[in-house]
Amino acid sequence: MLDFVQQLVSGVALGCVYGLIALGFVLVYKATEVVNFAQGDLMMLGGFFAFTFIGMMGLNYWIGFAGAVAAMALFGMLAERVVVRPILGYPQFSIIMATIGLGYFLRSIAGMIWGTDDLKIETPFSQGVLRVGSLVLAYDKLSVIAATMILCTLLWLFFNKTTLGTAMRASSENMLAAYYMGIPVKRVVSVVWAISAAVATCAGVLLAPITFIHSNVGLVLGLKAFPAAVLGGFGSIPGAVVGGVLIGVIESMAGFYLAEGWKDVAPYIVLLAVLLLKPEGLFGLHVRKKV
Amino acid sequence: MRFLFKTDYEDDIRLFPHSGYVVSYGVLLALLLIAPYVLSSYLMSQLVFVCIYATVGVALLILTGFTGQASLGHAAFLAIGAYTAAYLQKYNVPFPVYFLAAGLLAGCIGALVGFPALRLTGIYLVIATISFALIVEEILARWESVTNGNEGMRVKTLSLLGVTVPRDSPTFYFLCLAVLVLTIVGTLNLLRSPTGRAFVAIRDSETAARSMGVNVALYKVKSFAISAAITGFAGVLFAHKLSFISPEMFTLQLSIEFIIVILIGGTFSLHGAVLGAIFIVMIDPFLTYLKDDMPGIIAGIVATFGAGTQGAANVQSKVAAFASLNGLKGAIYGIIIVLFVLFEPLGLYGRWLKIKLFFQLFPLYKRATFKRQKIYVKSERNR
Repeated sequence: MLDFVQQLVSGVALGCVYGLIALGFVLVYKATEVVNFAQGDLMMLGGFFAFTFIGMMGLNYWIGFAGAVAAMALFGMLAERVVVRPILGYPQFSIIMATIGLGYFLRSIAGMIWGTDDLKIETPFSQGVLRVGSLVLAYDKLSVIAATMILCTLLWLFFNKTTLGTAMRASSENMLAAYYMGIPVKRVVSVVWAISAAVATCAGVLLAPITFIHSNVGLVLGLKAFPAAVLGGFGSIPGAVVGGVLIGVIESMAGFYLAEGWKDVAPYIVLLAVLLLKPEGLFGLHVRKKV
Repeated sequence: MRFLFKTDYEDDIRLFPHSGYVVSYGVLLALLLIAPYVLSSYLMSQLVFVCIYATVGVALLILTGFTGQASLGHAAFLAIGAYTAAYLQKYNVPFPVYFLAAGLLAGCIGALVGFPALRLTGIYLVIATISFALIVEEILARWESVTNGNEGMRVKTLSLLGVTVPRDSPTFYFLCLAVLVLTIVGTLNLLRSPTGRAFVAIRDSETAARSMGVNVALYKVKSFAISAAITGFAGVLFAHKLSFISPEMFTLQLSIEFIIVILIGGTFSLHGAVLGAIFIVMIDPFLTYLKDDMPGIIAGIVATFGAGTQGAANVQSKVAAFASLNGLKGAIYGIIIVLFVLFEPLGLYGRWLKIKLFFQLFPLYKRATFKRQKIYVKSERNR
């Protein structure tokens, strides 16, 4: 029983990581109906930025964290301006390919600049564990869970309660109509990319003590975040987190109870099953097109 | 300028629209047939890879280019073909039999993937095919009794009708070329048949196709199966060419390479698969060239502009250091993808058409002829 609870908790912590990355997918998807395949790589880059500020320049953890988030928000806008904006309005597949290309580029550039070693950031939560009964919880994992909950709530409020959030939802429904309604669609898309890059950075920095930072971390975790986003319904912010947690728990249970190898494929089997049975996900909207 | 007057449906679906095609493709085929006796063995080896990649490219074009179903999982079908060949070879099954078996198995699995894909469009389909490929990769690594796990499998030298065909012999090249040509001719025939027309109709508008009486589900599954089967055939050749296969060869990276093949070549014509395959396969020799010769050449140029020997040597070492950076290939891939998507969405074949039209219409060419129509994004959730 204790094993089960311990696996459950570490699954939840792992799942929150996927949830954080999936949040980035969902943000971009919600506002532009574009899936950003470079999301994991933005996370990786954010981690490297934070490493540069904290590990190399010796700044305070929180200042370095904030600096990395700000820098990455700018970088997200830049990436949107250079890669996405010129092809906004063209078939979705072009944009997917463009973001895949961006991911390739970022991965190799990061490898060139920061090398191929695993890097580590010293954080205030790196040491120490919380003990509840005989259950052991590391602070770094708890910090991921807490941050995910906070970010999810903030983003949900932002999308549903603010004018800018409503504008984002409108431009995802129909870009041209939103433009006619006076929504500055280009600027909205730019802001969305900034936010999603910032969220990715938060994920990257919080992950740093757990998975370390190397140039392929984004690819590996980004691929695991897809099942999370799909399970949650790809357009729903709470869905991304719930999906992430479910995937994390499934993965951790599969790793503990099933034979070796199941751990890595279990999320994808779940993904295919979800797509087969309920393609709109747990929280997705399903509306039929009227012809 | 030549005008083609089509007065009949037969004119529209003719394989060779006019005699010029027969001449130019005849010349091309003749050149390809004498290639092994002219080119170096390294280039021949690259040419074999071009044939294999182009075959996969054609397969992917059927699915992605003509049926409009994106797939990022074709490395898995290639792996299924390759492993089927390697496994059956252990039991001394003759080449023609395991060649067909590999295609058949890949085709059946392709159809199985096609069924869940029926309900999926756009991004969901991409993600589903990625998941499929990742699962296949894991199965290959774990099913050790059949696939030998991560240690990989040796593939014995190909023996065709009692004659051994080493992987770098001209005969092997001719075999790959024959498979490619047969695939292309077969695909052209498929595309002018009712099936192919149905594929294109589905790509252009599923709703319209359905209302014209096209059984969308059936044709989507067919498209998946045909595409997977061709990829399976290519997989057999791939296994023989490499003579050793292991799961880490068939990763997402390879699937993306296949997509890049058709993206760079152009997704609207079979020419695209071949052009894209040439492009992708030639990146490696190009990088080697960049590493070995480029520093010297640039240093030479710098020296002629009077930088002095010291300066030239300096530049040479800097360029050499840049060219041998670790991730250069990935960065070049990334830049190429982004540049093609942004500036050359019709690919290399599109560029060729533009150049051709420019000279045909000489003073009257306008750039707007090939301009893409913007379709403003409407929610896919309402599809």
